[in-house]
Amino acid sequence: MGLLSDPNRRRALISLLTRLNAPICVVCYMAGVAWFMGLAFEPFTLRTYMSENAMGSTMVEERFPAGERALGTGREFSAHKKKAGGMPVDWLVKTMQSRGLEVFTQRFSRRLPFPDEDKERYMVKGTNVYGILRAPRAPRTEALVLSAPCSPGDDNNQAVGVLLGLAQYFRNQVFWAKDIIFLVNEHDLIGMQAWLEGYHHTNTTGMDWSPLQGRGGSIQAALSLELSSDVVTSLDLVLEGLNGQLPNLDLANLFYAFCQKIGVLCTTQGKLQRNDWDSVSGYSHAVQTMMLMVMKQASGRPWGDHGLFLRYHIEAATIKGINSFRQYKTDATTIGRLLEGMYRKLNNLLERLHQSYFFYLMPSLSHFVSIGYYMPAFGLLALILLLRALDLWIQLATPPPGVLSVLTPLVISHLTGVALYTLPIHFQEIAVEHFPVSETEAVVLTAIAVYTAGLALPHNTHRLLTGRGTENGWKVLKLVAVLYLAVLLGCTALINFSLGFILALTLVPVAAFVTPDLCSATPACTLLFSVFLFQELQEMPVSFLDGWMLYLSVISQGILDHALYGSLVYPLVALLVYPCWLLFWNILFWK
Amino acid sequence: MQLQLFVIILFLFSPLVPQENAGQFFSSGHTNNWAVLVCTSRFWFNYRHVANTLSVYRSVKRLGIPDSHIVLMLADDMACNHRNPKPATVFSHKNMELNVYGDDVEVDYRGYEVTVENFLRVLTGRLPPSTPRSKRLLSDDRSNILIYLTGHGGNGFLKFQDSEEISNVELADAFEQMWQKRRYNELLFIIDTCQGASMYERFYSPNLMALASSQVGEDSLSHQPDLAIGVHLMDRYTFYLLEFLEDIHPSSKANMNDLFKVCPKSQCVSTPGHRTDLFLRDPGSALITDFFGSVRKVEITMETINLTEPIQQVEQNFVNEERQKETYSYVDQLPVSEIIHQKPKQKDWHPPDGFILGLWTLILLVFFKTYGMKHLKHIF
Repeated sequence: MGLLSDPNRRRALISLLTRLNAPICVVCYMAGVAWFMGLAFEPFTLRTYMSENAMGSTMVEERFPAGERALGTGREFSAHKKKAGGMPVDWLVKTMQSRGLEVFTQRFSRRLPFPDEDKERYMVKGTNVYGILRAPRAPRTEALVLSAPCSPGDDNNQAVGVLLGLAQYFRNQVFWAKDIIFLVNEHDLIGMQAWLEGYHHTNTTGMDWSPLQGRGGSIQAALSLELSSDVVTSLDLVLEGLNGQLPNLDLANLFYAFCQKIGVLCTTQGKLQRNDWDSVSGYSHAVQTMMLMVMKQASGRPWGDHGLFLRYHIEAATIKGINSFRQYKTDATTIGRLLEGMYRKLNNLLERLHQSYFFYLMPSLSHFVSIGYYMPAFGLLALILLLRALDLWIQLATPPPGVLSVLTPLVISHLTGVALYTLPIHFQEIAVEHFPVSETEAVVLTAIAVYTAGLALPHNTHRLLTGRGTENGWKVLKLVAVLYLAVLLGCTALINFSLGFILALTLVPVAAFVTPDLCSATPACTLLFSVFLFQELQEMPVSFLDGWMLYLSVISQGILDHALYGSLVYPLVALLVYPCWLLFWNILFWK
Repeated sequence: MQLQLFVIILFLFSPLVPQENAGQFFSSGHTNNWAVLVCTSRFWFNYRHVANTLSVYRSVKRLGIPDSHIVLMLADDMACNHRNPKPATVFSHKNMELNVYGDDVEVDYRGYEVTVENFLRVLTGRLPPSTPRSKRLLSDDRSNILIYLTGHGGNGFLKFQDSEEISNVELADAFEQMWQKRRYNELLFIIDTCQGASMYERFYSPNLMALASSQVGEDSLSHQPDLAIGVHLMDRYTFYLLEFLEDIHPSSKANMNDLFKVCPKSQCVSTPGHRTDLFLRDPGSALITDFFGSVRKVEITMETINLTEPIQQVEQNFVNEERQKETYSYVDQLPVSEIIHQKPKQKDWHPPDGFILGLWTLILLVFFKTYGMKHLKHIF
């Protein structure tokens, strides 16, 4: 007879499950964590390789000559920027036109839900300037984008200079099969969002923008350049985009291949690759790089101007020039050559990049871990929740549980979640009237207040609960909550593995072992801990007070990102993770 | 008058007695040469396949085969490709030494016309009546044909433009059709793809000789990376084949054995292969120019020939019975009437196979043995 249909065997299996449940859960947890840590160990990773046949090798001759002239243009740009007090639109238009591009501008304005520390006003207005280099012989069906942000102050002048220098050089070549759009966007991500929305005729975030007068066909790939010094020592590649989305790995492979050909130092997460993978320090270096990527991906915010392209299925990455204290410096001509080589290879593309992975983790720029290898780490953690649910189901088999008794805590928790989602922004004016805080602080403090109020609910609401006082009542609630958490974390991990994994790491052990009178941690603690860990990994450890301020700013950024770009982390946490957590909190205070 | 001219030319071609030396003159057996050159890839990164084919085209033209006898099938999207830094050119040597596209290339099948169906129709001659002459292989039973294929291939197949494949069985059958329709005298088949030897494994028609650039399980490698253009310009086998052909001139006496030595493993990395078991002559006696060139033999004679009475009266036998007239008719290439009428073919009735008979006998015996004869009445 079968394993599950034979009553004797089934009973044996069930007794095994109930007896060994806690040890198996612990083993699963340790295995999951060990698997995750093992991902950074180099023999378990794969070397990166170019998957797209059309891009082939780096066999191309780069001949960009005008690095110094590009830097001169950058200095001119900086002077005009100071004079205009923002984006020097007229000068940019004139310069791009003199280089033979078709130049257009786009105005945009955006009402922020609350002014944050970067933009201390409610209304953000700006202009994007972009020039299109038409392919000499090709139909206008495809395009590539090179963008540089117009940042206030002295940042990114050289980026705009290199962009304009490359525009002039590219204009003299005949082998372009796609239009190339050179974009200078104002206000970083807000400007980029306005441009993308205007280009694709969508309006997802309620921004006001003037329609684009000129277009170039469907965008195949985009690169964003951030360069703030005349010489660099290394180039950093930033991949993480909105909601943890990553570009196709082929883009990173292309960058790495050209870095190796030209001989520029290339990094990811700002960390240089090491060769000694078998030593402890080498391994911990790889783990740190991977953890940085995981944390950046989990935050769900775009870490460069490229992050917003990914939503439109355009593979994009940001290249940052870093000037640190190394001896070997790379000048602007070499950077221009690297970009020229990359664009010549992207020019050869016939289809969108799709041959390589879309879901991966990179412990270094030359090694990667694909989704098939890292997902089991999360699977082991989700297994704990399922084992717990099975255990509870067996315990609750007689008498049969009443599911309706858990309806009240469910509804109340979700209402609290909705309150956490909506109240902070709506009540900021009232908060500012009554308390001497700025709007940003008002929003954050309201959020924390609602969060803490929610934690206090179980003490007061269990009068409304049916089935209180019964032994089985909390078990039913825990069963529902555990399954809910399992589904929630599973779905999150599929979309944004890092977010799902970090939430699972901290929430699963407590969720599995929570019973009345056992203390537990909250998601807020997870966030606090993550902030400190992030700063540690970036080798900029902070004191507790600074960490606390950073923590508050992270919360406000999360809310702002959701309002501005549609980032899903804040609604996910407020509407789903937090109510799920409150269910466990209810169990904790079950009387 | 025309009859006289014809007879004179015929006598000019033989020094002494016409009949005896005609055999020597036609020792190779062919009177005309054709070439079918096919490049089965498209897209910019397959630049080298087009360059391969065009280089062979150049050599074949140089050695004498005219455009009217060459069927050139190319996707032809390289010279005017938007990505070509030197528009209207296709180079075969790096540093842009040799432009094989030139200004007198005649491509017969271009773009999406290069399909398996068109290739097989060209070979077998089954083309619709509206097809222009330049797209037809008008060979006869005295034609020597050179067939050159290049592109991406695998074990037993060749990929045509990313959407279809031709298998080695199909190709062998096409050559058999050509043989049965007397469309070639001798055929030289050259293929430059990965695992090219698999394509000639299945040939079974006589007078075929085949060369391939690599064995089964090996890849044919590309050559001549050019940084300015950004692609590989040629494949190794064809590159060295071309170097060999550059030394051949129309009166060269180099034979097939020299061709088999082209591109050894040290140069090609893959192992070129060849197949000569179907070829009736000794490969050593087959000249390169038998296939790659179009040689017109002219013999000058100083002798005079006595022309007899040019006009001979044909004696008509007016026998009492009527002159038997044979009526001739063309053989139907496709039995259209049969197809249209769709008569069901009468299948002959065969008695059941002995094995089946024995099996059923056994079953019946066992049945009656076990259950006894009394069940017979239930059956009948």
